[in-house]
Amino acid sequence: MSHLLEVKDLTTAFSADYGETVSVDHISFHVDKGETVCIVGESGCGKSVTSLSIMGLLGRGGAVKDGSALFDGRNLLELNEKELDALRGNRISMIFQDPLTSLNPVFTVGNQIIESIRTHMDLSKEEARERAIQVLAKVGMPDPARTMKKYPHTMSGGMRQRAMIAMALSCDPDLLIADEPTTALDVTIQAQIMALLKKLREESGMSMILITHDIGLVARMADRVLVMYAGQLIEEAPVKELFAEPRHPYTKALLATVPSIYDDKDRVLESIPGIVPEHYDKIKGCRFADRCPYRRPECDDPQKDIVINDHHKVKCWRAESI
Amino acid sequence: MTMEKDHGPLLKVEDMKKYYPIKGGILGRAIGQVKAVDGVSFEIKEGETLGLVGESGCGKSTIGRQIVGLEKPTAGKIYYDDLDLTGMSARDMNKIRTDIQIVFQDPYSSLNPRKHIYEILAQPMLYHGKSDKSSLDKDLERLLDMVGLSRNVLGRYPHEFSGGQRQRIVIAKALSLNPKLLVCDEPVSALDVSIQAQILNLLKSLQKELDLTCLFVGHGLGAVNYVSDRIAVMYLGKIVELGEAKDVLLHPVHPYTNALIQAAPVPDPKVEEKEHQILQGEIGSSVNPPSGCRFHPRCPFATEKCKLEEPTLKICESAEHIGMKGHQVACHYADKMIMNGKAGSV
Repeated sequence: MSHLLEVKDLTTAFSADYGETVSVDHISFHVDKGETVCIVGESGCGKSVTSLSIMGLLGRGGAVKDGSALFDGRNLLELNEKELDALRGNRISMIFQDPLTSLNPVFTVGNQIIESIRTHMDLSKEEARERAIQVLAKVGMPDPARTMKKYPHTMSGGMRQRAMIAMALSCDPDLLIADEPTTALDVTIQAQIMALLKKLREESGMSMILITHDIGLVARMADRVLVMYAGQLIEEAPVKELFAEPRHPYTKALLATVPSIYDDKDRVLESIPGIVPEHYDKIKGCRFADRCPYRRPECDDPQKDIVINDHHKVKCWRAESI
Repeated sequence: MTMEKDHGPLLKVEDMKKYYPIKGGILGRAIGQVKAVDGVSFEIKEGETLGLVGESGCGKSTIGRQIVGLEKPTAGKIYYDDLDLTGMSARDMNKIRTDIQIVFQDPYSSLNPRKHIYEILAQPMLYHGKSDKSSLDKDLERLLDMVGLSRNVLGRYPHEFSGGQRQRIVIAKALSLNPKLLVCDEPVSALDVSIQAQILNLLKSLQKELDLTCLFVGHGLGAVNYVSDRIAVMYLGKIVELGEAKDVLLHPVHPYTNALIQAAPVPDPKVEEKEHQILQGEIGSSVNPPSGCRFHPRCPFATEKCKLEEPTLKICESAEHIGMKGHQVACHYADKMIMNGKAGSV
């Protein structure tokens, strides 16, 4: 069976005065129908740039240098703006971290959802309005008809995020890309939004790419996990396997650095020494080597993906011995 | 080690209130109040760390700001070492200021970008007489050593450092005056996970080494548990539960504490999520807080009594029976919760 989305060797670079920085370096992954794939990593590791590259939303300075992203057989990276517009918001939707800056402040929520619906569907104003109300009800918005008339600034963070999800789902997308959708929200509200996304996913069978840095969310939401570090994909595995048997030293450390409420008073958190290297795209060998407790001279050679099994890949030559 | 002292706690907060006026109209008259903190009392013993948790807007950071003296509370008293800080003159306050220091959330905005680290660290020490010209170099070295930075940071500017290193500098700055009480206002929230662990470990080892008393404000329950002896949970300007860290997190009595713990995702895919326990509704407004118990509109166990009568924070007898010492809860049905097994046990 072919994949819904298949990304191959995606490479994205940003140019600045001092030269070019490759912030996503030959990343390959796929998303199947109905599946949730989590991309996890620290800030600046390239997880958001990956999704923006796929959506054609890189903006000035950024450009895809290499690779392909096949969505339903079509290469997204080669489509022109017009073709992309027909796909975005329709078959692929995206929700962002901060709903306040991603909703238009001078239009009502209803207006914005109706616009999105009418762009992609051949519906009359009245039909679109009805559909918008239905979608708002579906995302658990209390009193959806009245919410249609509200402006984003009059709503709370959780409600705004619901409105944005409603907009994203208004045309029944096949793929939803959620870029840190709950980072700006409180935990009890985050729990609501995540339960909602889970429910919607089960009802509609859509696929999801969830980008996050929260290990807890990964455990709760993901089917498969992609771990990114310094612009590279360093480990890919089904969620249970990743948590039970992380193979890359970075993944191991990342999972061990999370404090939990079950910890004893005497637990000493493992911490990863040092910081993500600057200009990491200039490093030839393993980019984690400087911080890695298992470092060997061979780590300075370019790293290849080691295949553990069909679903588990690691970018560390020692993956099987440590 | 110092001798055991038996006089009162190092910090005592009594019925603290902080209201901020909402101004409106052409004349800018106050047309309402944001009740950020609305009657909060607690104590911190010497050498102890109290964790203060709650969601955004619940008033936890405001409490920290009052204690450090950045703002004056609207009502209530703050006793530090039996001295009343609220009624103190600015001059007297200046003497005590060195004893109470704060570490803020955002290490990017709490260091002056135009000064190099040498100035940032040396100035307060010289001003407050904690060091002099002859011993300054040695003192700085000792300080940097304590927070795990090398000497060569001194000539550099804040923008040259990463978030984690900056937070280390901020901590060094706070410690340079030999404080007894350290208020940490979400010190790791702005940092990446791998760096968070470094800073949490640093704070924990400093607590032990220097016998620091700490108020640790945070929203990550895991992080707060990691450094705290006792934990207070806040909701809309009030403390709803206060007790030993283990008791509060593993045997929460108040329905809100329970919900808060359930909401935080567990980093283990094998743990099944309990969907039905997801809290509905939104955090109320602190301008116009709900009547009675402030949590009642979201509480699955709320009754008529909860709407009318505000529960006070008091020691929970039933909790005492099952070995949770000094566990305080503000809920009419705290005892019932425990007896009926509605209280969470994780």
